Amino acid sequence: MIRAQDIHKAFGPKRVLTGVSFEVARGESLVVIGGSGTGKSVLLKCLLGLESPDRGEVVIAGLTRPRPHELAAHVGMLFQGAALFDSLPVWQNVAFRLMRGPARMARAPAREAALEKLARVGMAPESADLYPAELSGGMQKRVGLARAIAGEPPILFFDEPTAGLDPILAAVINALIREIVTEMGATAVTITHDMRTLRDVADRVAMLHEGRLYWQGTAAEALASDDPVLTQFIQGRIDGPIPTLR
Amino acid sequence: MNPILAALGAIGRSVATGLGAVGRFVTFAALALSHLVRPPFYGRELALQLVQIGWLSLPVVGLTALFTGGALALQIYAGSARFNAEFAVPSITAIGMVRELGPVLGGLMVAARVASSIAAEIGTMKVSEQIDALRTLATDPMKYLVAPRIVAATLAMPVLVAVGDAIGILGGYSVGVNRLGFDGPTYLRNTIDFLEFWDVASGLVKGAVFGFLVALCGCYFGMHSGRGAQGVGEATKTAVVLASILILSANYILTEAFFSA
Repeated sequence: MIRAQDIHKAFGPKRVLTGVSFEVARGESLVVIGGSGTGKSVLLKCLLGLESPDRGEVVIAGLTRPRPHELAAHVGMLFQGAALFDSLPVWQNVAFRLMRGPARMARAPAREAALEKLARVGMAPESADLYPAELSGGMQKRVGLARAIAGEPPILFFDEPTAGLDPILAAVINALIREIVTEMGATAVTITHDMRTLRDVADRVAMLHEGRLYWQGTAAEALASDDPVLTQFIQGRIDGPIPTLR
Repeated sequence: MNPILAALGAIGRSVATGLGAVGRFVTFAALALSHLVRPPFYGRELALQLVQIGWLSLPVVGLTALFTGGALALQIYAGSARFNAEFAVPSITAIGMVRELGPVLGGLMVAARVASSIAAEIGTMKVSEQIDALRTLATDPMKYLVAPRIVAATLAMPVLVAVGDAIGILGGYSVGVNRLGFDGPTYLRNTIDFLEFWDVASGLVKGAVFGFLVALCGCYFGMHSGRGAQGVGEATKTAVVLASILILSANYILTEAFFSA
């Protein structure tokens, strides 16, 4: 369903990705972990076609090196800050894709579909006419999630879905992601450094370290691993092979 | 290293950087123009921008024109009185407004209001990943954000200039009649009789060009905004500065083209 082969990406002299390869099978949920600045978001943008890899190949839903508009029917994306459109009310954010393109829906059914998705992520119908600036961070994440699943895409991407949320809200978002991925049978890639997300969402875990996928395995294997790099990261220890600034 | 070579190298790098920036701006302008004529077209966005850029700029353009027309009448009166040519105040005020001050000052005020607003809005959308979100939703930001703003500014600006011209002439009339002792109907007749079609039309064409430049600068610097508040602030400032410079230089070029013998 998703295949990344030897992805390289540099920004000027800074080499961010230096040969990342992995595959995600249909219906599988992969969680990519790694420290801040290790290139997780860049990897996600390369997968989505928002950044062009300097080298390597991405294949998603049978499309090789796809551009974002080619992927739109196959992919839903929850951005780190939700990335809701400030100028549109909540329901139009959710129905944005549904109301545009060759198979566009009329306004009334698009609103109905948006309300259904909002309900799925626990948002009351009254929130539909609010603007993103009127929502809390957790509510914005829910709306972002509703927008990601609005077209019922077979592939979902989540970039730091719990960033900036309190532990309870983070658990709610993690549970929602897990439920939705399971009920839709979607293939999911989640970028995070939240270990709670790893436990709640992952079928498989990959750790990005020094520009490469350093470790891959199941969530249970990751949590039980004695690899010094992986355990330092998972346990959040200062001492270990991952350099820290103090 | 030889200091002369070092200085030449620094100059060469600066020139190359400048040319690169010009090249990127021109390429962006060409890309934006190509998107104006290719579907899909976003009519609702265009209507919203017509309101934002056109309708909501009316107060600032109108006030600018009103006071400029009044001041212009006073200055022309003071100058023409030296040659006993006070009768020329209505006609020169009108020509000055419709050919130059209406479009240029209107353009500069719209640059301050609209280029900054567009750059800040699109820049914020970029740093908050809304532009990326648009692309993942199969919506080209050049079509959804840039094209409607450029079309709206290009269409709205001549209308703003026309309204500004009328208000500026009214300002001159008001000062002429109430301060300088002109007869009202005579002032108006002199204004109307003296103005030619091309005086007005050239100002409207200038307005359309200035509107295009204002929106182009706002969109370009918004789409190329740096990260964070500082990046957006820098983009906003640069958009206004470049739009203002382009308006003044385009005004000279257009004036040469329209009126040089």
